[in-house]
Amino acid sequence: MELDVVFLSRLQFALTVMFHYLFPPLTIGLGVIMVFMEGLYLKTGNKEYEIAARYWTKIFAVNFAMGVATGIVMEFQFGTNWATYSRFVGDVFGSALAAEGVFAFFLESGFLAVLVFGWDRVSSRMHFFSTCMVSLGSMFSAIWIVVANSWQQTPAGFHIVGEGALARAEITDFWALVFNPSSMHRLGHVLLGSFILGGFFVMSIAAYYILKNRHIGFAKRTFTVGLVFSAVSSIVILISGHAQAVKVAETQPAKLAAFEGHFNSTEGGAPLYLFGFPDEESMTVNGGLAIPGMLSYLVHGDSNTPVTALDAFPKDEWPPVAFSFQSYHLMIALGMFFIALPLFGLFMLWRGKLFETRWLMWLFVFAVIGPYIANQSGWVAAEVGRQPWAVYGLLKTTDSISKAVPAGSVLISIIMFSAIYLLLFLIWLFVLNNKIQLGPEEHAEGPHETKGWLDTAAGRTGVATGDSLTGTQTKAQDAPGAAE
Amino acid sequence: MDLNLFWFCTLGVLLTGYAILDGFDLGVGILHLFTRKDSERRILMNSIGPLWDGNEVWLVTFGGALFAAFPNAYATAFSGFYLAFMLLLFALIFRAVSMEFRSKLDAPWWRQMWDIAFSVSSTLAALLFGVAVGDSMMGIPIGADGEYAGGFFDLLSPYSILIGLFTVALFAMHGSIYLYLKTEGELQERIHGWIWRTFGFFLILYMAATIFTLVAVPHAIRNFQNMPLAWVVVVLNILAIANIPRAIFLGRPLYSFISSCCTIAACNFLFGIALFPNMILSSIDPSYSLTIYNAASSQKTLWIMQVIAICGMPFVLAYTAAIYWVFRGKVEIGKFSY
Repeated sequence: MELDVVFLSRLQFALTVMFHYLFPPLTIGLGVIMVFMEGLYLKTGNKEYEIAARYWTKIFAVNFAMGVATGIVMEFQFGTNWATYSRFVGDVFGSALAAEGVFAFFLESGFLAVLVFGWDRVSSRMHFFSTCMVSLGSMFSAIWIVVANSWQQTPAGFHIVGEGALARAEITDFWALVFNPSSMHRLGHVLLGSFILGGFFVMSIAAYYILKNRHIGFAKRTFTVGLVFSAVSSIVILISGHAQAVKVAETQPAKLAAFEGHFNSTEGGAPLYLFGFPDEESMTVNGGLAIPGMLSYLVHGDSNTPVTALDAFPKDEWPPVAFSFQSYHLMIALGMFFIALPLFGLFMLWRGKLFETRWLMWLFVFAVIGPYIANQSGWVAAEVGRQPWAVYGLLKTTDSISKAVPAGSVLISIIMFSAIYLLLFLIWLFVLNNKIQLGPEEHAEGPHETKGWLDTAAGRTGVATGDSLTGTQTKAQDAPGAAE
Repeated sequence: MDLNLFWFCTLGVLLTGYAILDGFDLGVGILHLFTRKDSERRILMNSIGPLWDGNEVWLVTFGGALFAAFPNAYATAFSGFYLAFMLLLFALIFRAVSMEFRSKLDAPWWRQMWDIAFSVSSTLAALLFGVAVGDSMMGIPIGADGEYAGGFFDLLSPYSILIGLFTVALFAMHGSIYLYLKTEGELQERIHGWIWRTFGFFLILYMAATIFTLVAVPHAIRNFQNMPLAWVVVVLNILAIANIPRAIFLGRPLYSFISSCCTIAACNFLFGIALFPNMILSSIDPSYSLTIYNAASSQKTLWIMQVIAICGMPFVLAYTAAIYWVFRGKVEIGKFSY
């Protein structure tokens, strides 16, 4: 079989971007929670919030490093694998990427140093300021990269210069580019998706501690923060998702039609499939359940207005329908779950039974997988749904690749990326588990457990920190007495 | 100064910032395995712990700015050097995670594994940067269509390998002076020895690289005729190099470090002079070269980016300075260290 460079390059891009996107949403979501915890500490002076902030900082740091390491790959890859695309979009896309570097990356990485290593070096106010800056930086980063990607979905503020292989897009209106029709909708959605992940992530670890009867004070506090945060974000994202889908129907009708498996134009209202199996050959959705007129109602606010169907487009301009449909529906199904579960959790909290309901705690331990999958499948739907275009309506994906790169080279790099990323993923899980088992630094719990932690700490840090350890130990032994 | 020239210079500044800042932490990585004790290796790693990430952002921003200002040069270079860039990416990934992961488990095999990964990846990254500079000086096979027309091994000429080794020696020396500033006691005394040895290697390779450049890359000094001021930089560079051992000998390591920063800046400047006005020089036919004019974005985009750079860079410099101030002084291993 002849190796296809387009296919291999797409495979590599999917692999590297999906692996990368395991980390940034958690950085964004967890960042907000850390700002919240540390803000509460400054406001109330309650040591437990400080312990929580310090604990999440450690996990944040490892996650951030993985995000940085896998993120550089993305920036380089536009040039290495998609040279023609880079020439075409560089004038537009490049400025967003450069702005991301100048405004976001320096901010994040600079203040991250203070956040992680600066607890003893700066005042608690300065530290809080650094936490805010890191969190802000991670959102700035999201702004610019979503703007760049949205321009590929709904190009605006540009004109085409040159012809054929030399054609490229040039900026005519920078603000029209930044506020292109889809960018703000999509940005809101990306941030909210990250918040949900942040909330579920801290709830997962907290629920685990509650089940194991460890660090109870810390766990309950953290869980409650995560619960409220994810409940609010999940409800808001429903509104955001709806607004975004209406926009997609307007700007990328073929994409929405693929998301909904809407093959055939209708005289009246179009149905909404809750689930099913679209078949491109027969242009039908098999084994599905549909609500008549519902798609029209959602898109136009009227159940009788037709919605543009796939048959309005030549077949070579269809995105892969089944793939788009399923990833889109998976995201929506999970989105519903993210509303139901935290609301039920809040209800149980109100009834005072939340932390005693063990099955529910177990459910929360594993529920964190949901937002990870939803963030991924949402992006898969967005990117696959744009096909066959790299830049919607302007540049086909098949025309975007690097002419100078042979298939064999891409194959080599895919194999190496797969091996390295698999290794990194396993180590990441291992290190994360290690952190979780080690737990937060406890002050108010039983002396036995505190001692265990201190022993471990002493073994790790050696004699050099003898002074500070003694300090901690004194405090740790005093605390239970004070609590009684 | 037109916008194209402004961006050529700005890229030069970004690259110089990267080479000076990440230069010393790559250097620390190159020297990492020369200590044996875990406690000393921790000091080495923690000397750059809070800083390496911010330093690497200079490279990321350089990449972004190159993409935005000169998309054709970005696309040609990155796709042409495909496997070399992949190797560089793997090196940068391993460097980042080895620092993060090393401290997470207190087992000798685990730490040894990450120590080796850290050192090898730092050395490889420095070598590849140097090779890339060497190739840019010599020119690479660029066809009439502006695409790279060679293979991976065309990138490994004796000249580019020499520049690669030169870069490794330069960063190792730079890193050893940095470590001297950040350490104390017996470890610092041993690092004193490293400075002399790395300086020796650096000096030999510097002279070899200079002679090789003058003999084999005559176009490198073509611009000197129009810009006689460039000779001043050459002289300053030699003075800076001479001041490195002098300041160490006089017990003023900070001056030595500043001299080593100046050396890196001067080398970068001379590289820019040698290249100008080309971004990528074609070894097939000079008229195929990608210049700062035929590889650039539109004037409007260059102008927008100039505004972005002028608004953003003061902040960048301010917080870079603030972070270095917060983490000044000798390395102290505490409970938040790697």
